[in-house]
Amino acid sequence: MRLEPIANPSALRRAGLPLAALGLTVVTASLLALLAGANPFATLGLIVQGAVGTKFAALETLNRATPLIFTGLAVAVAFRARLWNIGAEAQLYAGAVAAVLLGTGAITGPLTLPVMALAAMLAGALVLLGPVMLKTRFGVDEVVTTLLFNFIMLLLVSYLLEGPLKDPMGMGWPKSAALIKEARLPRIVTGLRLHWGFGLALIAALLVWVIQTRTALGYEMRAVGLNPQAARFAGIPVNAVLVKTALLSGGLAALAGFSEVSGLKGNLTLDLSPGFGYTGIIVAMLALLHPLAVIPSALFVAGIFVGADSMSRAAGVPTYIADMLLAFALLFMVLAILLTKVRVVRG
Amino acid sequence: MSEAPVVLRLTGITKRFGTLVANDGISLALRQGEVVALLGENGAGKTTLMNILFGHYVADEGTVEAFGQPLPPGHPRAALAAGVGMVHQHFTLADSLTVLENILLGTGSLWRPSLGKGAARARVEALSRDFGLKVHPDARVGSLSVGERQRVEILKALYRDARVLILDEPTAVLTPQETEALFRTLRLAVGRGLSVVFISHKLHEVMGIADRCVVLRHGRVVGEVKTADTDRHALAAMMVGSEVTPPAVAPARPGPVLMRLDRVSGAGLRQVSLDLRAGQIVGLAGVSGNGQAAVSDLISGLIAPAAGAVEIGGRPVGRWTPRQAVAEGIARIPEDRHKTGTIADFTLTENAILEGYRSGFSRAGWMDWRAASDFAKGIIRRYDVRCPGPETRIRLLSGGNMQKLILGRVLEPGPKIILANQPVRGLDIGAIGYVHSRLLQARDAGAAVLLISEDLDEIMGLSNVIHVISEGRLSPGFARGTMTQTDLGLWMAGHGFADAA
Amino acid sequence: MEIFDILLSATFWAAAVRIASPLIFATMGELICERAGVLNLGIEGIMVIGAFCGWMAVYQGADLWGGVGVAMGAGMLFGLLHATLTVPFGLSQHVVGLGVTLLATSTSSFAYRLMLPEVTSPPKIEPFAVWPVPGLSEIPLIGPALFQQTPLTYAAFAVAGLTALVLFRTPLGLALRAAGENPAAVDAQGLSVTGLRMGAVIVGSGLMAVGGAFLTLSAFSSFFFEMVNGRGWICIALVVFGAWKPGKAVLGALLFAAFDALQVRMQQTPLGQAVPYQVFLMMPYILSILALILMSRRAEVPAALMTPFNKGER
Repeated sequence: MRLEPIANPSALRRAGLPLAALGLTVVTASLLALLAGANPFATLGLIVQGAVGTKFAALETLNRATPLIFTGLAVAVAFRARLWNIGAEAQLYAGAVAAVLLGTGAITGPLTLPVMALAAMLAGALVLLGPVMLKTRFGVDEVVTTLLFNFIMLLLVSYLLEGPLKDPMGMGWPKSAALIKEARLPRIVTGLRLHWGFGLALIAALLVWVIQTRTALGYEMRAVGLNPQAARFAGIPVNAVLVKTALLSGGLAALAGFSEVSGLKGNLTLDLSPGFGYTGIIVAMLALLHPLAVIPSALFVAGIFVGADSMSRAAGVPTYIADMLLAFALLFMVLAILLTKVRVVRG
Repeated sequence: MSEAPVVLRLTGITKRFGTLVANDGISLALRQGEVVALLGENGAGKTTLMNILFGHYVADEGTVEAFGQPLPPGHPRAALAAGVGMVHQHFTLADSLTVLENILLGTGSLWRPSLGKGAARARVEALSRDFGLKVHPDARVGSLSVGERQRVEILKALYRDARVLILDEPTAVLTPQETEALFRTLRLAVGRGLSVVFISHKLHEVMGIADRCVVLRHGRVVGEVKTADTDRHALAAMMVGSEVTPPAVAPARPGPVLMRLDRVSGAGLRQVSLDLRAGQIVGLAGVSGNGQAAVSDLISGLIAPAAGAVEIGGRPVGRWTPRQAVAEGIARIPEDRHKTGTIADFTLTENAILEGYRSGFSRAGWMDWRAASDFAKGIIRRYDVRCPGPETRIRLLSGGNMQKLILGRVLEPGPKIILANQPVRGLDIGAIGYVHSRLLQARDAGAAVLLISEDLDEIMGLSNVIHVISEGRLSPGFARGTMTQTDLGLWMAGHGFADAA
Repeated sequence: MEIFDILLSATFWAAAVRIASPLIFATMGELICERAGVLNLGIEGIMVIGAFCGWMAVYQGADLWGGVGVAMGAGMLFGLLHATLTVPFGLSQHVVGLGVTLLATSTSSFAYRLMLPEVTSPPKIEPFAVWPVPGLSEIPLIGPALFQQTPLTYAAFAVAGLTALVLFRTPLGLALRAAGENPAAVDAQGLSVTGLRMGAVIVGSGLMAVGGAFLTLSAFSSFFFEMVNGRGWICIALVVFGAWKPGKAVLGALLFAAFDALQVRMQQTPLGQAVPYQVFLMMPYILSILALILMSRRAEVPAALMTPFNKGER
């Protein structure tokens, strides 16, 4: 078989194939439910019910989506410039650590939150800067280094939580002290369990979109991602663009950590992120790396997780079905996107 | 000759790609001990025909027979197994493997327990002796010259007991002297009963080696003549459909030196000095891989000299980067328009502003897409770029139209210096004429042009001064008309440099 | 002082060889994939599925070698998925690899919960026993280190030798290497680049899974979700460190394992008590990064690594 580019793919092809990928994911979900001895329709219904069926569920989904929007944006920005940042998990924790360092009393006053956010972004950016410098200086593949950094970072956080950052009142648990009141992100509507981290995530998506489409930096990042050789020849400073991309990407991932600590949890523990950094890759790919599409994509992914949690309690299908579904969705989606651009021919 | 048996017969081959008919009822017969030249411009259908012969494409109609046996369509190994060997224009060798390993690749069953290198080495050595193909079996291919690599390709075919050799543009990368050596090898082969198909568009070579010429145009056979019964002009006329007249080149009026390389070394260059004068085309001839890329990269700003100086307008340049080169008014037409010249998934607009987006099409970091689009539209109009519109992705354009957009991008700002690296490679004759006329126009407007090409005809046709590059050394400049092809060929092969130093 | 004591003890070296074994399996698997031109980031997940399937098969009654076989089969299945998407379809090897890792990992967790819904701690199996090589195991220091291991460790070294032999001494290996250097050269000889690369990824993934199975069938005798813990990524670094050569990669794995064994023992020393244990746990990852930096300038990457081959283009 051979792949032949399609000059002008039809609208049906461009819209239909990604939808088919989602359809296939649903079919797979049904099969997995059957495998687990449950009724597929009931299982799917329970997932949807659990994700958006009640006000509480919907808010839970929005809360879960918040860090995913940030990490999804971080991945989308980086992948667009073909910078393979698989280290959003590490950058998230770096942001969380920065937020805790500043938010537990080190600074006070009305500027506490903005300063924390900026410090978090800086910390995340610095964490990604290392692998990117190794890439630009020595040609070391950033996939492996960013992945390895995730493990290093988690151990570092573990050390901090058992040592310098340990809450003296924590009764021996490895967790940080609680943030002071001025360091907490307020709720958007009083009484509703949804914090301003979500609003911040929406703004971030919009800003990233503006950067990508309206600014010279966005143009440079796309050029470097599509063809670094041509970009370099044309005079685009490829390495500098990669560094700027890394700063943006790392900063965005770190905001997820900031938002979780400051908006949701109020302190730092080792289980702050159940793999938000990795899931960000799925969010970004399902959004076709488009910053605005990251929002619905993150909501979808969050809905599956929240829905699967509640379904699992009711139907007895392991909650890991959510992770499997998302992995399938990712693979189906990349294949579908390819097939919008090429057709398979014989010979 | 005509009594000799037919070893390869193509009958009524037709192949369509969508609405394009690449091969239209092509028939061709090759007899034992014969050299047939397959002539035709780019796009005449030569490559498609060979891809069908080798099973990479399946013909819509027609049959292929080798030694009287029909070849099953779509089986790449069938032609090889039948004794038909191909030397591709772009060599299919793995650089990090040795000559012997490259030759052994794919011979016999994959599941044999051993490579049998000892016996293979003896056989390769015998073949290289018999056919005058000198090359060391244990050398890494990456360390070989282009001419040596071609010998490996021919050895590969001979090792597989090929009785028919097909060579696709084999001389494009050779010096005239290496070409002579290749012809000697081919004559030896023919003397041993092999048959040769020689694909080319260089007429004097065809006249020198072939017994018979088959001329393709627009996918059809438009003529078939014995070499003895024809001449270059008649063949050229057959190839393009009318008598060709080389473009008239008005005499140049050289002005002051605009750019100077002063004893530049680094990236394989050895003490290269070169003056580019206003209103003059300087041709850089040479066999591919002798330092052309380094000269091109140097002028493009991709590399800075390790020693020596680059001067523009009499002043040495400072930090030397592509952006700086553009700012100094250098128009750069890169060798590879697909990989370096354009970004395939960018629109024409986005490609048009690749070099100028900072200065002309953005303010304080914000893009001015309206101005960019207007700029692209202007290029499309003035440079006759055939496309659906400025928002089309450039990957959908033909090579000629892509090159026109690049021309527009670099010529619109009115450059002082123009670097044209293989500007017409792979283009059809219409686009070639267009590119050449634009370069001449720019020259007449006072630009200093450096033309890098492996095609001596192109160099000799356009240049006012010709330099030859060989192993990183640059010959003195020869004025237009003072050197013959043979003279230049000697320089290309490295002769003359010792006494010129 | 203590370092010397540790370095001179046979148990230390035996541990190093043991720790190296799964890395050798998986590194050879990755090396075969990359030699053919495919970066397989599915390695981490494939090791997890190998660990799980091998263990589960034995728990369900298969014998230990049966478990190894089941693990290998599962790895090959995920290899087939990876190969199908990256070779004929030419999809991004980064994205597909991570996708395969996510899928294999979540499949293991899902299947685990499905098959053992009620268990709080995973059941143990009877792992491979140490099988001393007669005679050789009596040699001081070297004997206990090299020849008092489980059969699966011997198999790891055999696989490495076989990999080197096939890659550099047989027509198949030559074709594989050529597919990773210049697929067009392979295609021009009428060989199938797609077939070679898919085969390499499938076989390589099988070996990765055996590497994972080593953890459950020979090292820990039980399955935990986090047990692979980045070993796959470390193996990718080891391939680079070994400059894509099996012998050097094995040396790298041994060196790496020795460091790992050393840090475990260092934790027990007074010096080790003074340093946070997390520092020791970080060492493998930091070492991997250092190895990558060290080899970045010298290594000869297969020229067509990560470059999909589509016949239509040239």
